[in-house]
Amino acid sequence: MWYLCVFFHRLLDYRRPEVESLAKLFGVFGDGDGDCCLEWRLPEQHHPDSPFHFIHLPSEDLARSIANRSILVKGIYELWGEGSSYEELEDTIKSYPDDRKLPYLTPESTFKITVDSFGKVIGFQEQNERIQGLAYIPFKGQVNLRNPDHRFWLMETDDYGSNNGLPPVVQRRIFFGREVGAAARKLLPTYQLKSRNYLGPTAMDAEMAFLMANQALATRGKLVYDPFVGTGSILIAAAHFGAMTMGEDIDIRVVRDGRGPDCNVWSNFKQTLFSYEYLIHQPLSGANELLAWLIYSCLLQYGLPMPISLLRADNNLPPWRPGLEEVISCPLLLVFWKFPVLDDLYGNLVFDAIICDPPYGVRAGGRKSGGRKLMKGAVAPYTVPDDKRTDHIPSTASYSLAECVHDLLDLAARMLIMGGRLVFFYPVLRENGSSEKRFPEHPCFMLVAACEQILSPRYSRILLTMVKTESYSEEVRESARKNHLGFKENHLKWLVDGNLHSAVFSPDNSQMGMVGDSKFNKESKPKYRGKYV
Amino acid sequence: MRLLTDYMLSSNIKGVTNGFPLRLEVEKSVEKEVDFNADFLKNMFPKIEWKALVDAFRSMGYTELPNEAESPMLDSKEFLKKFHHALLQLHLEEGALICPETGRRFPVSKGIPNMLLHEDEVFDEVYQIESQF
Repeated sequence: MWYLCVFFHRLLDYRRPEVESLAKLFGVFGDGDGDCCLEWRLPEQHHPDSPFHFIHLPSEDLARSIANRSILVKGIYELWGEGSSYEELEDTIKSYPDDRKLPYLTPESTFKITVDSFGKVIGFQEQNERIQGLAYIPFKGQVNLRNPDHRFWLMETDDYGSNNGLPPVVQRRIFFGREVGAAARKLLPTYQLKSRNYLGPTAMDAEMAFLMANQALATRGKLVYDPFVGTGSILIAAAHFGAMTMGEDIDIRVVRDGRGPDCNVWSNFKQTLFSYEYLIHQPLSGANELLAWLIYSCLLQYGLPMPISLLRADNNLPPWRPGLEEVISCPLLLVFWKFPVLDDLYGNLVFDAIICDPPYGVRAGGRKSGGRKLMKGAVAPYTVPDDKRTDHIPSTASYSLAECVHDLLDLAARMLIMGGRLVFFYPVLRENGSSEKRFPEHPCFMLVAACEQILSPRYSRILLTMVKTESYSEEVRESARKNHLGFKENHLKWLVDGNLHSAVFSPDNSQMGMVGDSKFNKESKPKYRGKYV
Repeated sequence: MRLLTDYMLSSNIKGVTNGFPLRLEVEKSVEKEVDFNADFLKNMFPKIEWKALVDAFRSMGYTELPNEAESPMLDSKEFLKKFHHALLQLHLEEGALICPETGRRFPVSKGIPNMLLHEDEVFDEVYQIESQF
C-alpha cells in the first residue's frame, strides 16, 4: 500500500536511506540479503528535496515501526485525499473507500486534527477555519487533543512567492491523512551533547549518531564496534537501540619532543585534557580516576548498557585474534559455501556492525603506532630499554586518511558477519564543483547509501553505508597486506597527498581580490539552500 | 574489561605467531550488575569458540560453566544466567593480559586494556627488507 511519508526538512540526503535501512531492519525485504529497494514516488511537480514523498510498504505495522524509530521522518500517513485546491481535496476524500475511513470515525473513538504547512505559518484562526471546512468527513468521535486514538493531519504547501531557501514549489498541494506513526525525535533533547557529562572536541552530534545507528541496523542483541570511539557518542546511540557496544581508540596526544614549533599548544592542550587514554596511561592520580569514571558516566547517565569493553589499541595494527575472522583458504569450499554444513566457517565472526567517524585530519588527526624514527625509515626502530618498559608511552605517527580508511575496510571485511554493515564518514573537498565523487571501495563490500552533509563551502562529509556481501578470501587478505606495506613505504607521500587540513583551512586565493565585492557576492548567492539545511 | 574482550584479543607483537589466548593476570576483579539480555547471549553464542572463552572464565575463578556447551543449552534459563554473569558481569579492573609467547604484559588499568605496542614491537617488514641489503 502507498503511504504518504513526510520528512523533516533536514539532512536531505539522509532521509530516504534512513527509511530504507529501517525497512531492512524491520524485515520489509524478508530475511535474505535480496533487493533492498523501496518504491518511492513524488507528488506531482514536486522537487526531489520536497518533504512530501510517497512510499510503498507492505503493511501499516511496518510503516509504524519505521516511523517510530526514524529520526528524519516527521510522520507516515495513510492518505485519504489530496488536491491542488480544497474542492479537489474534498472530492478525493469523499471518493476514498468508506471501509478504510469509517473504522477511524466511530463514536467511541477520540481524534485530533492538526493543520500543518510547509514553507509558511498558518494562523490559529485560519487553522480553525480549515478544520471546520472538513465537516464533510463524518467524524462521530470525541475530540481529544492530549491523547487521541486517531490523529489526522491536514498539510498544505504552496508557491508563496518567496521560498526562503526551501525547495521551489510549483503548485499548491493539500494532503489529508491519518497518522500511522511519527518520529522518535523526542529522544534528541535527552541525548543532546550539552547534556553530557563528558565531551570531546569532536563528539558526534546526537542526531547524526542516531542516524548512523539506524544506518547500521543497530538493535537488541547485536554487537556494534567503533574503532575510533573517542567520547563514545556513536556508541551511545547504538546502545540506546539495545545493541551491545565495543570501542577502541589510540588517541594519545602526548606532548613529544621533536614535534617542533608546528605542534599547536592550544590544540595539544585540548587534546590531552580530554583524552582519557592518555590520562589513564599516567601514574595513578586523582584526576586519572576521575576521567576513567567520566567516560563511563556518559553511558551511566542514560542508563544504557555499558560497552562490553573499551580498549586502547591501534586501528593500523588491530589486536584481534585470528580465529575471529573469516578466511576461506581452500578454493573448493567456495563452490559449496552456501551449504548449511559450512555455516561453521562463519561461526566466529563477531561484529554485526562497525560504525565510526574516522579522524580525517581537519579537526582531529589520526595517529598510529610508530614514531618519528619509524617514519624516516633508514634509522633502526627505537628500542625500549628493559628498565623503562613497564610505563613506557609508545610514540605515535600521523595516520593518513587513505591508510586509515584502508585499514578500516580491511578490518570490517575480516570481522563483520555476512550482511553486516560498515557505516562511516568520508570527507570530500567540494572545490572543483564536480558532482562526480569517488568513494573507497572493497571487494567484500557493496555501497548501499552515500549521504552528503555540507560542512563548509570547502568540504563536506559523506556518510557511507556499506554491506558485506562477499567473504574475506585469502586473495583479499594478500592484497590488503601488500597495500599495508605500500602505505608504510610511502608514508610521507600519503600524508601530503591526503592532507585535507590545508585544503580546508588555507586562505582562498581566488576570492582575495574580491573583498570589496563581498556584499555583492552574498546577495548573488542562489536562494535555494538544498543540502545546506 | 569483560572476559569477552580477553577472548577476542591477541598479542600482535612482531614475530609472534601464537598470540592468543592472552593469559589473565588478576589484581582486582569486580562484578557489575548488568541487565539480562537473552537476545544478545543467543546472538553471541554461535559466534564464539566456547573452550577458549571458558578458559578465560576459569582464570578469573569462575568455574560454574561446563567445558563444553551446545546450542540447545541456551533454552535453559539457568545456563543463560551463568553465561550472562560470566560474559557480562565479571570485570577485570586491574591487572594485565599476558602474551603466551613472549610474556609481554598488556596492562589493564581502570578496566581498559592497553594493547598499544612499543616502537620495537611493531611489525614492520620494511626494516626486514632493508636489512637484507
